[in-house]
Amino acid sequence: MDAGMSTPSYLKAQVRCPLQEHFLPRKSSKENLDRFIPNRSAMDFDYAHYALMEARKGKDQSETVSSPSKEAYRKQLAETMNLNHTRILAFRNKPQAPVDLRPTDHSASLHQQPKSVKPRRYIPQTSERTLDAPDIVDDFYLNLLDWGSANVLAIALDHTVYLWDASTGSTSELVTIDEEKGPVTSINWAPDGRHVAVGLNNSEVQLWDSASNRQLRTLNGCHQSRVGSLAWNNHILTTGGMDGQIVNNDVRIRSHIVETYRGHTQEVCGLKWSGSGQQLASGGNDNVVHIWDRSVASSNSTTQWLHRLEEHTSAVKALAWCPFQANLLATGGGGGDRTIKFWNTHTGACLNSVDTGSQVCSLLWSKNERELLSSHGFTQNQLTLWKYPSMVKMAELTGHTSRVLYMAQSPDGCTVASAAGDETLRFWNVFGVPETTKKAAPKTAPEPFSHVNRIR
Amino acid sequence: MASKTAAAKDIITLHGSAAIVSEFFCYAANSILYNRAVYPEESFVKVKKYGLPMLLIEDESVKSFMSNLTSQISEWLEAGKLQRVVLVIMSKATGEVLERWNFRIETDTEVVEKGVPREKSDKEIMREIQAIMRQVASSVTYLPCLDETCVFDVLAYTDTDVAVPFTWVDSDPKLIANPQMVKLHGFDTKIHKVDTLVSYKNDEWDEEE
Repeated sequence: MDAGMSTPSYLKAQVRCPLQEHFLPRKSSKENLDRFIPNRSAMDFDYAHYALMEARKGKDQSETVSSPSKEAYRKQLAETMNLNHTRILAFRNKPQAPVDLRPTDHSASLHQQPKSVKPRRYIPQTSERTLDAPDIVDDFYLNLLDWGSANVLAIALDHTVYLWDASTGSTSELVTIDEEKGPVTSINWAPDGRHVAVGLNNSEVQLWDSASNRQLRTLNGCHQSRVGSLAWNNHILTTGGMDGQIVNNDVRIRSHIVETYRGHTQEVCGLKWSGSGQQLASGGNDNVVHIWDRSVASSNSTTQWLHRLEEHTSAVKALAWCPFQANLLATGGGGGDRTIKFWNTHTGACLNSVDTGSQVCSLLWSKNERELLSSHGFTQNQLTLWKYPSMVKMAELTGHTSRVLYMAQSPDGCTVASAAGDETLRFWNVFGVPETTKKAAPKTAPEPFSHVNRIR
Repeated sequence: MASKTAAAKDIITLHGSAAIVSEFFCYAANSILYNRAVYPEESFVKVKKYGLPMLLIEDESVKSFMSNLTSQISEWLEAGKLQRVVLVIMSKATGEVLERWNFRIETDTEVVEKGVPREKSDKEIMREIQAIMRQVASSVTYLPCLDETCVFDVLAYTDTDVAVPFTWVDSDPKLIANPQMVKLHGFDTKIHKVDTLVSYKNDEWDEEE
């Protein structure tokens, strides 16, 4: 069943085509070609149960009346199946919530028992490690920090790019850019964790190989001014410039510019591809967030956006796609806005808006839990951890003495690195260890067959 | 025009039916808020409606929310675009959905398209609504206690081709995982048929079924 998932291309001719039945002699005793082994995890029990019950409904009517809840559940299920031609709307101006007259400790004590027993993990309030980052440019619109999948952190300090290997703790210099081209304005690791794109002040983008410390190529001509944001999507490097343009570059071919997205009127400071690689979110100094969809590519030179979200009242640099819910994007506004907004990128609707009280410089979703981390500026320069979707503050991490402009997440999802204009690079163990969450997970999974005693 | 025969039926128009349903919804929502103690008892005032003492909330913001809601629902009902209205009760602290009051609406499309009126006795409709209101009030006996402060919200399920004013935004359905459901009575104006269903979060106590 799981034979040869990733076969190199030269072997493909020998591998048999999928989805075709062959009568093959048993190659090893492990191959079971003549037994049907049901795969329980692949079965949709809810629907199967519903389909079974539906068929037997006629016979059951003569017996005792099926409980009203079962009847209602059946109807509800049938309705939820037809939900694709329905819109669900909620009124925008919610009524005022009731004043909490009860003493809070009374209601808190009542809740200790029924709540699920997931232990509250300890979030250390201080940074685990602090490194020096001298000459780091204190500019809101740049993206100077990125953590690659090979567990190497890349940071740009003025004209130089340094690599810090997280597993060994060693630092190496990748490149020092020439005086007239620099400083470095953006840096981003390719998905392979080996190649890194470096955006410069003179509008060039350089591609470097970190393993051999060699420059591979320079992308010219995409922009007229500095490249402040970068985002990779497989072999496409998307660059966002101070000119407001967003360019998709295919780094494998000679004429690398494949598409240009025009829509922003000021510098593009936030750029993020969704997890599926289908949608691109861009935030600009013009307070606008655009969602671009790859399937909307037109044959003209300019591609129209899928959504234009204008609710923010300040530059939007913080963008983060939710890893556990599709089409959910979180955006954070700068000093004049200070809110985090959540969007359904399928419909363009704003699902929630939370005032954080301080400019939002960066956002990161937790890969282990349903949590969101935001980094802020004046006055606390803190990192705030929010529970999603309730948006309850779980922790506030202070330590930086200047606005926390740059944040990156380790590939294992446990540690966050943050850099600020106070010339420090701090590491925080804020997202916890993945093992502790796995224990709590089985308790919350629904049990569709819990009332059936025998199976088969 | 109502003929004084034994059946005593009255003429109901689309407009009238929409008014009846949206008014029902307003009173039902208020009743739910009172019975489930979402707002404290003191904020409600008693009025007479449907031959029963009904409670309406005094709070200005909730009142204006309700009136906006009812007028919009009425509009959608006349267009025949409204499929259901859901009143959701969520915990204020965690935002978790605790209860879902589901009012499913079936519209007689012939009336919407051709504008023909129907006949049904007013008294009969009122009796049906009365039964529902009584059931809502008695639901307190089997619904789990809402110990924490709650907030409510109203969702409207409409057809996709409906004209949405900017005051309404798209939302997620706010479903409850593993709910217990109870079907209540419904009523029928012969133009709109309303079914009521309440689903609530399983109490931690009863683990079976």
